[in-house]
Amino acid sequence: MRYLPLTDTDRSEMLSVVGASSIDDLFVDVPKEARLDGPIRDLPMHASEMAVEKHMRARAAKNLVAGDVPFFLGAGAYRHHVPASVDHIIQRGEFLTAYTPYQPEIAQGTLQMLFEFQTQVAKLYGCEVANASMYDGSTACWEAISMASRVTKRNRAVLSGALHPHYSEVAKTMAKYLGLEIADAQPAIQAAPDNAGLTSRIDENTSCVVVQYPDILGRIADLTEIAEAAHAKGALLIVVNTEPVALGAIKSPGEMGADIVVGEGQSLGVGLQFGGPYLGLFAVRDKKHVRQMPGRLCGETVDAEGKRGFVLTLSTREQHIRREKATSNICTNSGLCALAFSVHMTLLGEVGLRRLAAENHRLACLTADRLAKVPGVTVLNDTFFNEFTIQVGQDAREIVRTLADKGVLAGVSLGRLYPDVERLSDALIVATTETTSEDDIEALGSALEEVLA
Amino acid sequence: MNAPNASGWKPAMVPAGEDGLHNGPATTTGNRALMLEEPLLFEIGHAETTGVDLPENSGESSSRLGGLDRSEPIGLVGLTEPETVRHYTRLSRQNYGIDLGLFPLGSCTMKHNPRLNEKVARMPGFADIHPLQPVATVRGALEVINELAFWLIDLTGMHGVAMSPKAGAHGELCGILCIRAALEARGDAREVILVPESAHGTNPATAAFAGYKVEDIPATPEGRVDLDALKKRLGPDVAGVMITNPNTCGLFERDMKAISDAVHEAGGFVYCDGANFNAIVGKVRPGDLGVDAMHINLHKTFSTPHGGGGPGSGPVVLSEALSPFGPLPYTARTKDGVVHLIEEEDAERFSQEHFDGRMQHFGRMTAFHGQMGMFTRALSYILSHGADGLKQVAEDAVLNANYVLRSLEDVLDAPFGKSGPCMHEALFSDRGFTGDLSTLDLAKGLIDEGYHPMTVYFPLVVHGAMLVEPTETESKAALDQFITAFRSVAERAKAGDESLKEAPYYAPRRRLDETQAARKPMLAWQGETAPAGKPTMTEQGGS
Repeated sequence: MRYLPLTDTDRSEMLSVVGASSIDDLFVDVPKEARLDGPIRDLPMHASEMAVEKHMRARAAKNLVAGDVPFFLGAGAYRHHVPASVDHIIQRGEFLTAYTPYQPEIAQGTLQMLFEFQTQVAKLYGCEVANASMYDGSTACWEAISMASRVTKRNRAVLSGALHPHYSEVAKTMAKYLGLEIADAQPAIQAAPDNAGLTSRIDENTSCVVVQYPDILGRIADLTEIAEAAHAKGALLIVVNTEPVALGAIKSPGEMGADIVVGEGQSLGVGLQFGGPYLGLFAVRDKKHVRQMPGRLCGETVDAEGKRGFVLTLSTREQHIRREKATSNICTNSGLCALAFSVHMTLLGEVGLRRLAAENHRLACLTADRLAKVPGVTVLNDTFFNEFTIQVGQDAREIVRTLADKGVLAGVSLGRLYPDVERLSDALIVATTETTSEDDIEALGSALEEVLA
Repeated sequence: MNAPNASGWKPAMVPAGEDGLHNGPATTTGNRALMLEEPLLFEIGHAETTGVDLPENSGESSSRLGGLDRSEPIGLVGLTEPETVRHYTRLSRQNYGIDLGLFPLGSCTMKHNPRLNEKVARMPGFADIHPLQPVATVRGALEVINELAFWLIDLTGMHGVAMSPKAGAHGELCGILCIRAALEARGDAREVILVPESAHGTNPATAAFAGYKVEDIPATPEGRVDLDALKKRLGPDVAGVMITNPNTCGLFERDMKAISDAVHEAGGFVYCDGANFNAIVGKVRPGDLGVDAMHINLHKTFSTPHGGGGPGSGPVVLSEALSPFGPLPYTARTKDGVVHLIEEEDAERFSQEHFDGRMQHFGRMTAFHGQMGMFTRALSYILSHGADGLKQVAEDAVLNANYVLRSLEDVLDAPFGKSGPCMHEALFSDRGFTGDLSTLDLAKGLIDEGYHPMTVYFPLVVHGAMLVEPTETESKAALDQFITAFRSVAERAKAGDESLKEAPYYAPRRRLDETQAARKPMLAWQGETAPAGKPTMTEQGGS
């Protein structure tokens, strides 16, 4: 048993120190009728490293790997190239196998990294303060709605119809138990988001307006007017971003008046991983809201010799101190994913992020132009970053399945995201990144031509 | 504020011998061999530096960004690849991890992280697949989720499992929402969740986040739930009870079955915080004790690395009564052997076709399918150990903890040392320390001895608590070495050795001023890139 160092000799020596005649003596408090005697049902005996690897490899082989085919899926998770040094660094044992930095004197590596991460996220979002990360974008979005309710002491959140439907679902699930009202809508299939429709739903009881930027259909719109309309009614503007690379090309949400900015950080450093672990980002534009923020925060301080150092701070907001009065029940973050994000961001820097964003946008423009030439395809958006929506005139779910059989992963059908909304069933969200080649674009274009012919 | 060292920090010169601790002469820089101070990224990076080769802007004006092109600098800095690797490698050397030595954080369960699991999680067939790919292209991934789900159900003696919760506390929320959904389905609006005072702080926070009122249940002098007090409080307004078993005092709740029976009789449900499942895996099935819902921290029991604070993963096993109410999405294997992914799309149809309409999910807790990267690791761990190994895991974890308890109880007060064997963790208190020396001082003294300290000041029911959890992956030699170090620091605390108040002396940092950090929060780099004249982050009222 390669992971268990005690020998039988050790065990008997230790039992005599403990004063027990057998290991069962140590389980004496477990009622006899609850004890499991004999082997665990069905579970085989221990297996070698080689055997386990083989078992897992057989399962991995049944999946179609994104990197092996022309690949155009987005809708909240994006396939970017991750520099090799990112994975090298996160596998250093001192990062990989550390715990929450409860003893800051011997956790400065994690803490300084988190401080740098918070700074990077705050700058990217145009905010003053970011936390040390959350589970993922969808849960961060709900936590922001919950926070807005605490700040404004109001209980009605107005959600844009173009917010990722899974994010809306998470908010609705959580809100129904806290007595919060979620006023949501479904996306209008049109070139530009319906800002007027959104602002008309804000009332005196509205705690926050939640918009996505770029939105679920890939559209980019100025948020300044929505911010003003929200603020005029005493509500906060929450901006959700699911593609941080976009912010290398477009104005930050903070610049346009967002009060809370949340998002998914998976694009940088983390990888697709079939949905998790991912990285929730959470920032507030104005530091006055910091004590209402959920999640961990790392702060700068000094040690007894006056040297600069870092600690987890403002923990009086947290569950281990405030128990049922805490700002959130969260007691972890996505530390290792935050490290991956931060390392990737460090490798990119200002110049690299902007070039990466420009390259993503260039390829998306090429793809949109190519698909617009396919008979039967309409490109919906005028504006987009690396993701846009096309309409194919028939059930897009079926098209996606057919193209998958042909070895092209074409995009995310709106039918998968909104199974009950008939009018959205012919739409397909197509995403490109720097990993998309011009050959991939051509493969998608010609496969669509074939299928739609 | 705009100087490179905004905090006014300078490298400290340590005078030779002044504190009686340094044998050699001071270094000019304040650095020590193999240890260089590492500045902040923002102090060494440049806006124009990048470590990724990407095409420069071609100047094409095909922008379709809606006129929202970013005009102002973001304020980021970059490093080349060698600088990046060096920056983070130096930072890593300021960290303690389980790879460096024993990490006895009680209740956190820091065990060895097998590298096979890392290798498996990185197989492209798991790491490079999108959560919304057509399900026909991810059958292997769904099989992994379902296979792990099967073993979790099997090992806990439960009926179903919700795999999507992202961490232990998220799992708690999932379990409590299942309870709430089940109660609402029978038209029973109960308002109160009972939480024993020895519970994790997340338990009451979770119950409150699920819309419940929280009431405490006291502990007995023995460190277990007071069954009589619990029974007295049960009634038609109590939705459920949240219990940790083994509990945070390191003890098995002997009365668990009686507690469950009483709660069920009163019409409520039993939530078990499964953070400590590693102590009983393969030995006891919580389902046999009447538990209705329990989260399992995969990073604790099944060894997925915690990465300096996360990610976690918190699947929730459910009893037959609660299984229909688990969240979306979920996987299910049909009679033809195919594993399906059930999302909004087909939840209703699938429930009708395969569950006679019994599945009544309470909603979605997270965007996608949970922590796939943790599932592959946990499944590898389970298969590597097998039925024989998992039982051995629990036995060795418990033996190691009792060995630590009995080896130190002559020098340290063990408040529940007479309450029976401990399970996977040993609890001590600061009783007998001289003067104002405290648990914190002992902890910092341990750092100088080369160890990460145990969990301190938890559980709250014990004054100056120290919770030591060695786990099953420590050898006897490693335990003996640790016990020697712990004993020596404990003896110093009892003897009133005031030098402990200044410890640690040899860590990358001396004691950090946490009060200042809270009073004047500095939560982001405020250097050159901040607008001129901006005030520092000072809040009124302190913490």
